[in-house]
Amino acid sequence: MDLIWEGLRKALELLVGLDPEVLGITLLSLKVSGLATLISVVLGLGAAVAVALNEFPGKRLVIALMNTGMGLPPVVVGLFVTVLLWRNGPFGFLGILYTPAAIILAQAVIATPIIAGLGLAALQHLPPELRLQILSLGATRRQLVWLLLREARLPLLAAVMAGFGGVISEVGASIMVGGNLKGSTRVLTTATVMESSRGNFEVAFALSFILLVLAFSVNALLTHLQQTRRPR
Amino acid sequence: MSAPLLEVRELAVHRGRTPVLDIPSLRVGPGEVLALIGPNGAGKSTLLLTLAALLKPAAGTLAFHGEVLDSEAKRQAYRRRVTMVFQDPLLFDTTVRENIAAGLRLHGVHAKERQHRVEATAAQFGIAGLLDRSARHLSGGEAQRTALARAFALRPELLLLDEPFSALDPPTRGGLLEDLGRILADTGTSALLATHDQAEASRLANRLAVMKGGRILQAGALQQVMNHPDDPFVAAFVGMETLLQCTVTAAVEGVLTLALAGHELTAVGDAVAGDSILVGIRPEHVTLSLQTDKTSSARNQLPGTVTKVIPWGPFHRVELDCGFDLSTWVTPQSLTELALAPGRPVVAAFKATAVHVVRKGHPGGEAAQT
Repeated sequence: MDLIWEGLRKALELLVGLDPEVLGITLLSLKVSGLATLISVVLGLGAAVAVALNEFPGKRLVIALMNTGMGLPPVVVGLFVTVLLWRNGPFGFLGILYTPAAIILAQAVIATPIIAGLGLAALQHLPPELRLQILSLGATRRQLVWLLLREARLPLLAAVMAGFGGVISEVGASIMVGGNLKGSTRVLTTATVMESSRGNFEVAFALSFILLVLAFSVNALLTHLQQTRRPR
Repeated sequence: MSAPLLEVRELAVHRGRTPVLDIPSLRVGPGEVLALIGPNGAGKSTLLLTLAALLKPAAGTLAFHGEVLDSEAKRQAYRRRVTMVFQDPLLFDTTVRENIAAGLRLHGVHAKERQHRVEATAAQFGIAGLLDRSARHLSGGEAQRTALARAFALRPELLLLDEPFSALDPPTRGGLLEDLGRILADTGTSALLATHDQAEASRLANRLAVMKGGRILQAGALQQVMNHPDDPFVAAFVGMETLLQCTVTAAVEGVLTLALAGHELTAVGDAVAGDSILVGIRPEHVTLSLQTDKTSSARNQLPGTVTKVIPWGPFHRVELDCGFDLSTWVTPQSLTELALAPGRPVVAAFKATAVHVVRKGHPGGEAAQT
């Protein structure tokens, strides 16, 4: 028990004292996972809309692949992204391996199928005739997409939260493509792993605690967005 | 006949390779309310979706104000002048006000005009008091009124109604039918109503088309189709329960004498002596008494025996054996006064004009244009 209290005390100390290293790690985590989620929202929702609104051969296969993608193990993603970005790999010329950009890329690969899969489920859950009703009210294609997204906003925000939750908490890909370099690619999860392996449990606890607060705050904000502006 | 608002030619819709709709011709005139009746699977909804330009036909043309909708741009423009209301109200998850405004927003109607139209339409449909309520907390009737108001706020030239009342309880449906009938008449809006309920059709429509298996069996003025069905299926579907095959023995100036099961019936219609024809009698045109009434205007008075008495809502349905089967409706009062029960001998009376000549075999097409 003492270890836990010590951890909480240490966390509070690091937070209240605005420890520059911890603050940097926290901000980097937020920035990297936030950007990765943003990219995934654009790509994932785009894919969800495209699949939901169109009939094409192999649609079931595509849906099955999207759903499989929701469970991509971060270490597998980490491995592929590392190989692709390796010095003499196909994208080695970009020179972004072991930079935050590489982590953003890997996390976007993890979050995109989550948001696409859950987003597609959200859109398919709408009554099938709603699309016809909206078109019959005179909507253009763009207006149709906007109204459908708005109508499915609650489960769609849940999809975004799931995507963000998936990447802010993953460690495998971040450590593989980022390298946990101090002051450059060290994020909350990779720092926690490192401190824990060194036996610095109170620091590891402090970092975990910050991670929890961060995940909670972002989701609380999204939940607030989700639940307001709904008439009672 | 005025220029048609909507005209359909040689329309065919396929699902996969199966043809589901085959409509050689259909017209809807300005201010006309056409009811499409038929059993489930007759193609009513498919026809409405096609007419709403929401479903692409395999063949055929759709013309609005005489202009053929032959491009996606024209179809899009057309969808802004025609609106469909479904059985499910399909409201958006927002207030009643925003729901009614939804179509107006899509059309780019500016805020002031939008507010005016939302409030005026809500008042027409008796839901002005619900404007700030969430659409999730409405009764079935209120939700359907909101859906209709959302459509009407757009001032469509043609309204396509796909069984919008089927899920409502009878009192709610009655109130809504009355209001909708009044609003359609006041605004002069043309409408197509798909329903399987002939009572609903007769309350709103002035024209009737009976559908079966993706085809229109008969279309025409409401009373014409109700009283002069030219096909046994149509006859049964518009409530003409008694159908009799008989022989014309004499035809003098449109008055026919028919031989049937040892009886002689008098009918009014178009046939010649020697014809074998099918006639229909609506149950509500048959009255019962205990004795033949010589002073009655009913030319047909046939003795018979009650075979069945079935309670049917506020009335009783009485089935008779007059040498052929005949059915009628009676009030509970008549049931008691005439002591109707199986085995009771009675006299069934109906006018010559109540015996409608139903010719056999006129499938498809608009048999009776108006």
